[in-house]
Amino acid sequence: MAAHRCRNLACLLLLFLSVFLVTMSQETTLGHEQHATAVGDPQTGAETKHTAEKPRVEEKRWEETKVKATTQASDTAVLTKTQVNEDFQEELVIRPLHSGDIYASFQFRTVWETDFMKGNKVSHYRLFPKSLGQVISKFSVRELHISFTQGYWRTMQWGQPFIPSPPGAELWVWFQDSVTDVDATWKELTNVLSGIFCASLNFIDSTNTLQPSASFKPLGIGNETDHRFLRYATLPREIVCTENLTPWKKLLPCGSKAGLAVLLKSEKLFHSSFHSQSVHIRPVCQDRQCKSSSWELRQALNVVFDLHTSGQSKREWSLFKMFSRTLTEACPLASSSKIYIDVTDNPQEEQFELSPATPLLSQAVVLGDRRTFSVYDLTQQVTFGTVRSLNLMIRWKSSEGDMLRPLLHAERYVAGYGLQTGEIHTLMYNNHPFRSFPVLLLDSVPWYLRLYIHTLKVISKGKDNNPSYIHYQPSKDRERPHLLEMLLQLPPHSVTEVTVQFERALLKWTEYTPDPNHGFYVGSSVISSLVPSTVAMETNITMEQPLFSSFFPCKEESSYFARVYTEPLLVNLPTPDFSMPYNVICLTCTVVAVGYGSLYNLLTRSFQVEEPNPGLAKRIANVIRRMRGVPPL
Amino acid sequence: MAAPLTLLMIVAVTVRAVLFRSSLAELISERVEVVSPITAWKRVIEGLALLDLGVSPYSGDVFHETPLIIYLFHFLVDYAEITFMLADVVTAAALYAAAKDYNKQVFRKQKFALEADRYPPDCLELIRTPLEMHYVPLKVAMFYLLNPFTILSCVAKSTCGLNNMVISLFILCTVKGNVLLSAIFLCLATYQSVYPLTLCAPAMLYLMQRQYIPVNLRRVSFWWFVVQYLFMYLGSLFVLVCLSFFLLGSWDYMPSVYGFILSVPDLTPNIGLFWYFFAEMFEHFRLFFLCVFQINVFFYTIPLSIKLKEHPVFLIFMQLAVISIFKSYPTVGDVALYMAFLPLWSHLHRFLRNIFLVSCVLLACSALFPVLWHLWIYAGSANSNFYYAITLLFNVAQILLVSDYFYAFLRREHHLTYGLYLKKKDGSEATLVLK
Repeated sequence: MAAHRCRNLACLLLLFLSVFLVTMSQETTLGHEQHATAVGDPQTGAETKHTAEKPRVEEKRWEETKVKATTQASDTAVLTKTQVNEDFQEELVIRPLHSGDIYASFQFRTVWETDFMKGNKVSHYRLFPKSLGQVISKFSVRELHISFTQGYWRTMQWGQPFIPSPPGAELWVWFQDSVTDVDATWKELTNVLSGIFCASLNFIDSTNTLQPSASFKPLGIGNETDHRFLRYATLPREIVCTENLTPWKKLLPCGSKAGLAVLLKSEKLFHSSFHSQSVHIRPVCQDRQCKSSSWELRQALNVVFDLHTSGQSKREWSLFKMFSRTLTEACPLASSSKIYIDVTDNPQEEQFELSPATPLLSQAVVLGDRRTFSVYDLTQQVTFGTVRSLNLMIRWKSSEGDMLRPLLHAERYVAGYGLQTGEIHTLMYNNHPFRSFPVLLLDSVPWYLRLYIHTLKVISKGKDNNPSYIHYQPSKDRERPHLLEMLLQLPPHSVTEVTVQFERALLKWTEYTPDPNHGFYVGSSVISSLVPSTVAMETNITMEQPLFSSFFPCKEESSYFARVYTEPLLVNLPTPDFSMPYNVICLTCTVVAVGYGSLYNLLTRSFQVEEPNPGLAKRIANVIRRMRGVPPL
Repeated sequence: MAAPLTLLMIVAVTVRAVLFRSSLAELISERVEVVSPITAWKRVIEGLALLDLGVSPYSGDVFHETPLIIYLFHFLVDYAEITFMLADVVTAAALYAAAKDYNKQVFRKQKFALEADRYPPDCLELIRTPLEMHYVPLKVAMFYLLNPFTILSCVAKSTCGLNNMVISLFILCTVKGNVLLSAIFLCLATYQSVYPLTLCAPAMLYLMQRQYIPVNLRRVSFWWFVVQYLFMYLGSLFVLVCLSFFLLGSWDYMPSVYGFILSVPDLTPNIGLFWYFFAEMFEHFRLFFLCVFQINVFFYTIPLSIKLKEHPVFLIFMQLAVISIFKSYPTVGDVALYMAFLPLWSHLHRFLRNIFLVSCVLLACSALFPVLWHLWIYAGSANSNFYYAITLLFNVAQILLVSDYFYAFLRREHHLTYGLYLKKKDGSEATLVLK
């Protein structure tokens, strides 16, 4: 009882504090705007003052929102459920990359406090897409992650993406432990998702489905980690195009009519170096105590534009140039709608110039690094200015930028020549100068490349590096792929090379793809790791954070979770002659018949002295003589 | 006789040891003609590695050897080269002893027949002389030990060498008249690769001949012997199967070894007829042709046994040849085993019709296998049809070889009954034809 009263008191206190802070922050923002207009041409002294001031402003704003959330949570009992427990946020992060490319990452997040399970029939949908809700309840899905990617994310040049994904399609699902026949449910689910996303997910069958034992832990709440309920599959050959984007956009509450989604025009999105769209459904905590859970649907779209080389010699970009649209409003259903622009490398504006300038700056710890962002809040009318449209623009001043090597990256290739055997090499780089860290390597190899696990070699710095954990599941012909999972320790500042030999199988002529000499794809290796972080990570999952920094839950402050996908491999197999089936059947059967015939001959006949054949005339004469009744000649 | 045999063995072991030490060993062990998916040493090692990882070797589709082999090499993996050389030497010794014993019996029988005056008078040049027969066992051992096929098979550490050893020990025990050991070794051979099952018939025929039991379906003694032999055979098979079960604690090996042999899921090219045929087969005829091809191996047992019931050792030779031609994953090691018997039938040479052609074809094919493989797999300038054509030719040559020997054998038997120089009714020289 006392505790309850204390909480009420705290709520009141927080409410009061929030009002106070809101006024404070408004004041500081205003003050800053005045300052900016007054200074006009920023000088170094004033600028440092700026940056010192801005983070504090943003921190205050976060505190404000957090307080709001807490007060809302305490008021749920009073308010009607459907209005309060559903929330939609949208966000666009733009990060200029060192290579001169532009990385734009859209994230849309719908959170709904409802229960799809236990026979609870949910029929009233508001923001959450009904098609996915029905999928969750029908197939007892606990977590669903699906991504479609065109192009390969170049970790070495671009750093880590906010949400990593392998080329092609990737799907991994945790089922509830109430599911009895997981394989059948999985098969049905892939077919349904194939329909929803207009993708070839129906090609997922037992030959490319895995049950990783350690690499894919649930990202949402719940500590059930029995990997019998996990299914993972990739289709490295899947081509992603407009027909996948349209159904994906339809899942958004505003569709592509309003908000950030108006930028998602396929003619521009697919004219890019990298395009990845994904859907992630998971249960998340509502509050710090995690008393109640809600379902989170996160739709992410990552795209890398190669503006530098595409025609214009000038290095500059704008929203209009990238997406051929400008923004005019936020999605009216969204509780928050923001654009973040990464300006960490540009504190003095010496690298590029951002227009229109924004007064808001924000700092976030993302992927082990503290980054500074300029923030545009689309829910504020003032963002759109007098022209009622926002067309962000960056003009580069200098072209050089120092490459920050990512701490972890990996690559993979096939070695050897000929069509009989080969060797898969996976290289993992730890670029940390003094710390080693563990990585989990997941390799999935189709059955027609027969791996020889006794040839597995792990070498770092010229020495054998024995994996501390190996989970190997050999393949079954035409049934399941090879699965190799290893826990490795990467020494600091080193390259670790994993090699394993394989043998190429000759398939039945009907098992080849229509273009067999193009080769067969082998899905990316997945490297999951806890990479040492340079700054303290935020471990409080319920705290209000920008969406891009809150995807992977963080358990400890000193490291962050990163997943790196290697290139998919393209491997040639020996092929039979596809025009020959009749000939081969005829010829082989002939040889068998020669064997049978000669043995049959010798078995059934006996040796006899050859008597000369009487001539034809004589035989005819004998016939006539027999008719006449006279003895033959 | 022991000295030449010892010398031969020393030479054979030296050749093998030198090849093991050379860089060729690696190359040979990758050759598809020498190793099949069942017998490949690489796969045995893989099975052991899987066992070390705590995974059942039969959970995947790489290892297809029997549990006894994996158990054997669990201890002998470091002495694999010696084991395989020893296996070849034992095989040669067993074949040598068996040939010697068989020759003695042939000679004795011939003597009885001569004394009983059963041969026609003009057949004296068909009668075998002790001088001619003296070197036959040594030649048999030499044909096995110095056959390039055997050497390649041994250097590749193909477990085919072990199967050959078991089969040759079975032949030795049968020829020596040891019923129990014969049944046990036959069961071991069957356990290793199913097909030697057909050797049951010649073994029983030979043992009955030795014990003077007439091959007559109406006689109780005949059936009693058959039941005895089958009991021993099936009993030891049962023991082996159960032993394998207890070694690994599961029945997984059954589909993985025998299902693999019979259903031919692995279409890796080899010298046999199966791989390309089933790679190019229409899906709904696959089962039908699979049955036809597998029955084909077992099909000849009964007619051959009826025709050759007086000559079980020649029947063993015929059966081994049929198995090595028509089995699902043949290697050159299988060919080498039945080729070792050829000196035993050296007295048939005057009746062979196309031995020159056949040996030329066999030699040419053996040379062309690696060439066309290289053109297909490495150079990319040929396709699978080239290699397939050579396997076809190789098999036709083998079939011709076997049927030629069969013809010659039957013809000699015919001459021994009816005389060598047959006359027509009109007194002119006659020609023999099969009718």
